[in-house]
Amino acid sequence: MAGELPFEQPLIELRGKIDELRKFSADKQIDFSEEIARLEQRYQQLEEELYSQMTTPQKIQLARHPQRPTTLDYIQHIFTDFIELHGDRLYGDDLAIVGGLAKLNGVPVTVVGHQKGKDTKDNIARNFGMPHPEGFRKGLRLMRQANKFRRPIITFIDTPGAYPGNAAEERGQGEAIARNLMEMAGFRVPIICVVIGEGGSGGALALGVGNRVLMLENAIYSVSSPEAAASILYKDASRNIDAAEAMKITANHIHSLGVVDEIISEPRGGAHRNLAGQSEEIKQKLWTHLQELLSMTENELIEDRYAKFRKIGRFTYIREGNYA
Amino acid sequence: MSIKDLFNKKRKYATIPSERPKREIPEGLMHKCPLCGTIQFTKELDKNFKVCTACGYHFKLNAVERIQMTMDEGRFFEYDADLMSEDPLGFPDYVAKYNKAVESTGMNDAVITGEGTIGGFPVVVAVMSFDFMGGTLGSVVGEKVTRAIEIAMQKQYPLIIFSTSGGARMQESILSLMQMAKTSAALHKFAEREGLFISVITDPTFGGVTASYAMLGDIIIAEPGAAFGFTGRRVIEQTIRQKLPENFQTSEFNLKHGQVDKVVHRKEIRNTLIKLLEMHTVKGANVHGG
Repeated sequence: MAGELPFEQPLIELRGKIDELRKFSADKQIDFSEEIARLEQRYQQLEEELYSQMTTPQKIQLARHPQRPTTLDYIQHIFTDFIELHGDRLYGDDLAIVGGLAKLNGVPVTVVGHQKGKDTKDNIARNFGMPHPEGFRKGLRLMRQANKFRRPIITFIDTPGAYPGNAAEERGQGEAIARNLMEMAGFRVPIICVVIGEGGSGGALALGVGNRVLMLENAIYSVSSPEAAASILYKDASRNIDAAEAMKITANHIHSLGVVDEIISEPRGGAHRNLAGQSEEIKQKLWTHLQELLSMTENELIEDRYAKFRKIGRFTYIREGNYA
Repeated sequence: MSIKDLFNKKRKYATIPSERPKREIPEGLMHKCPLCGTIQFTKELDKNFKVCTACGYHFKLNAVERIQMTMDEGRFFEYDADLMSEDPLGFPDYVAKYNKAVESTGMNDAVITGEGTIGGFPVVVAVMSFDFMGGTLGSVVGEKVTRAIEIAMQKQYPLIIFSTSGGARMQESILSLMQMAKTSAALHKFAEREGLFISVITDPTFGGVTASYAMLGDIIIAEPGAAFGFTGRRVIEQTIRQKLPENFQTSEFNLKHGQVDKVVHRKEIRNTLIKLLEMHTVKGANVHGG
């Protein structure tokens, strides 16, 4: 195993002890098979306990895991014939968002997603997956193309948020996100979005207006990063855990609030433990939903998407004498 | 009688008196300008559209003041006044904060929507109020704005939204974020039907409101000196570890960077709106193609 998180430490220690005992038993020709079996059983139990009741902070760690599969990983495993396309034709090519053409089970689709880096150098080039306006506009350009040529759109969401920088502001960060939201609402092709890691704020939503929104089990989706929320709510970014708990950002909460349609399960310990298996799981879900959506007319697709977002929100009505 | 009167849809409006005072304006005789420090009589300030007589600083207006200043004779038929927030996440302190805001502002959330006329032109209007929890965008604001857009669409009236907001309402988390998609989707429908949407940005407007309806106007007007953008200055300064120039994210800065059509002094906003509405009405080219 590699890339263990602090909360996984007890498992690693136990695994170490078991391996040690095995080696000792082999070296000294003493039979410890009963003890080893007992320890293995304990290991299974511990694993079950750890992963079945993960806390919000633990899920955040998994969602942000340095080895967590990225958009390009999934593109490689889920699709064939990927042709990456670059640039927004207005300013530049933002590497924090990638996209292009690919085939899903032989069907041509447009794929767009946030892209985090694989190492420090890559992360710097990709700005840690935090897009500037040109990134959102590249995504929009590719999605408009999909709409023109009647290709379904698949998006992968994985960003801490839109980049908070002065250049981004000067070039219209707000406008870029808003434009994506508005135009995605009107495309006549099926749109399926998958939150694969971090779904942070408007920067995530800018690729998130789909007929179906799916979410990986250990992904998070929130109105702002837990750190930013803590600094707004408590004027203290170090209270990120409090903010994260209060904001209910894990998949099961997001699902119960009616924002995502389906949760895609992950292998024990997170998606990075089994990229091929995870990809297969996502591919199957994509295919099932795409089949459903492809049976709709263009108008039905637009209305279906509108209805999905139209009904989100919780409010009540004042009754007589209910004035505060 | 001018040409424009021929095309006006004159409508009669029932003015429904509000059941309780909308807001208690503190009875201060004098006001101090936060920008230049000049002390002036409240009366003088009010006469001057709440703009500092010395330096032109635009004081924040609440939704009621804005409506009075903008609509013909201040008349307005309010929609959905009975919508109130819930606490869908059980967010610590949300209910208490919300109730406090209701009490101090007399509003039920951070936006008032409704219809009336401006220069005789019927319009649907949404006006945000910063004094209600920083004008944050939650389920109620999103729902009221969406309904207003839908009514504008049905009645084929132009839509005007006055924005001011600190951004998303953290206490409603993901539901707040989704209001951006909901309102933007409604605006897409409205645009498809060739509805005219004028967005007026006032001080301050940030986050989720900027990244949805505020920046989606066919025409975007900003008040002088208003701060607006997506990310607030403080966060950007922390990220890039640099001091940003004084004028960063002001209306004038945004005008220079192509983010708004026009910076308009508060005194001139009503007239500007009337001119724009008229432009979209003459020659039978009504806002919805007649």
